[in-house]
Amino acid sequence: MSRRNDPIEALIELMARLPGLGPRSARRAVLYLIRKRAALLVPLAAAMQAVADSARPCLNCGNVGTSDICEICQSEARGNGLLCVVEDVADLWAMERSGVFRGRYHVLGGTLSALDGVGPDELRIPQLLSRIEAEGVSEVILALNATVDGQTTAHYIADQLEDRVALSSLAQGVPIGGELDYLDDGTITAALNARKRL
Amino acid sequence: MYLSRLTLSHFRSHKRVALALDARPVAIFGPNGTGKTNLIEAVSLFSPGRGLRRAAAQDMARRPESLGWKVTGEIRGATGLHEIGFVSEGGSARQVEIDGKPASQIALGRLARTLWLIPAMDRLWIEGAEGRRRFLDRTTLSFFPDHAQLALDYEKAMRERNRLLKEQVRDGHWYRALEAQMARSGAALNANRQAALLRLARAQADATTAFPAVELELVQSEGAMPETETDLRHALEESRFRDIAAGRTLVGPHRTDLYGVFAAKGVPAAESSTGEQKALLLSLILANARALAGDIGAPPILLLDEVAAHLDAGRRAALYDEICALGAQAWLTGTGPELFAELGARAQMLEVTEESGESRVSGAGSAP
Ligand SMILES: Nc1ncnc2c1ncn2[C@@H]1O[C@H](COP(=O)(O)OP(=O)(O)OP(=O)(O)O)[C@@H](O)[C@H]1O
Ligand SMILES: [Mg+2]
Ligand SMILES: [Zn+2]
Repeated sequence: MSRRNDPIEALIELMARLPGLGPRSARRAVLYLIRKRAALLVPLAAAMQAVADSARPCLNCGNVGTSDICEICQSEARGNGLLCVVEDVADLWAMERSGVFRGRYHVLGGTLSALDGVGPDELRIPQLLSRIEAEGVSEVILALNATVDGQTTAHYIADQLEDRVALSSLAQGVPIGGELDYLDDGTITAALNARKRL
Repeated sequence: MYLSRLTLSHFRSHKRVALALDARPVAIFGPNGTGKTNLIEAVSLFSPGRGLRRAAAQDMARRPESLGWKVTGEIRGATGLHEIGFVSEGGSARQVEIDGKPASQIALGRLARTLWLIPAMDRLWIEGAEGRRRFLDRTTLSFFPDHAQLALDYEKAMRERNRLLKEQVRDGHWYRALEAQMARSGAALNANRQAALLRLARAQADATTAFPAVELELVQSEGAMPETETDLRHALEESRFRDIAAGRTLVGPHRTDLYGVFAAKGVPAAESSTGEQKALLLSLILANARALAGDIGAPPILLLDEVAAHLDAGRRAALYDEICALGAQAWLTGTGPELFAELGARAQMLEVTEESGESRVSGAGSAP
């Protein structure tokens, strides 16, 4: 069925590398796209090219957007003194979808792990520290995973901020990371409202 | 609790086994090398960990095919009936399924409790502390299913800290963050172990048994174990410079050892006779099982590999009586049926034979 340099096969192979897709579902998706060439395939290719040209990390918070400073960081209204620290952009987007948090974010881009060679400088922690004064932050909410690495990172940050700003963490037992996607808004709201002072 | 069904597919020397079982003890007999221990190793997978040989999943795949293996079973206990399955394909780690859904080892620990005694443990009292610590933690895990997660968390935080020590990192905040994690899980780990020893002591005191009581105590290879989370955190912080020199963490529950004394004689377990040492271990397993039966309303599954052979006829009869009184599904192995004569109809018998590299299991409960 396939020659190696067949563009359809090449597309299937690339699609199969996407999270949540395997070779079989990639094949089905590609077939579907070809059948919907005008309605889906062409606009998708254009949208992908546009994102490839413009996507970049926000220099301030680490969110992914299409400008050097993302919309959340640009918005005056969101500079309400609350700063939510998350591991990954996916966490930020999940929080945003629920619409309950009206402050700003700081994306670390991972968790501290000496074994994986990830130290404070790999994690945008120095940038976090400098944002506290620059943006007049009054409370930092640590929304990190309940894993050892996540909690170590939370502790590391709290240790350096405790005299400078109020600190809290999301209510225990709330799974975040990819799983935040599956939580309904009510649960995220409850976790935020029940946040614990550290 | 007991297994009411067990199937093995391409597990070690077994190609295909399907057993229907009742709650009685299971006596397994057959010549050396036929596959008896392999059979109870499969049962040992029903509690968290790597099983009684602590083997990798790929070593459990039947040779020479080495394709993968599958073990399934039906467990009946205080929480009802559960279908549990383990699969390993192409040398990969084994996947756990509970009632048809992928599950974690931790979830497994809440359903199934299994205790074992195998010949490799005969030298437990005289060999290194690591083996005793593992025994202690298995006992503790049987009482507290959260113990496994605490142990993993502690281990992980300690390995992170050891890496900082080796690389001579000087960031005090980083050490403090890891030491806080170690103190939290480490103090809970230690408290669980202490509580488990207390249960064992009480279970031994309350019972009339033919097996000698053991006094158990936790000892540190050096200094004393800090009792509270705060104490442990401070101890870790104080030890930091020494630890940097050593390149590893010198204080904490990973340096705890289990010290046992043959109570009636006042002699350390390590200085008791070979037979006595075995009897002390059996005594602890039985006490553990009695305590658990009280806790969760059902005795655990026991795996006693080649226990019968090392006991004289009197002790053997006493062991069988205690197992039956407990109502435990104890899986016992031995080379011949005569070793289980005293059990009579109180047990289900399985005979294991071997034919051109393939184990065969036959007996009352085996499906055709
Ligand atoms: N992955 C494997 N594939 C095939 N055979 C294996 C595998 N692992 C072990 N065996 C073989 O299974 C056989 C039976 O082993 P097992 O330890 O169960 O014997 P046993 O009946 O308990 O014998 P004994 O009475 O000597 O303790 C051994 O000959 C061993 O080499
Ligand atoms: Mg054996
Ligand atoms: Zn931003």
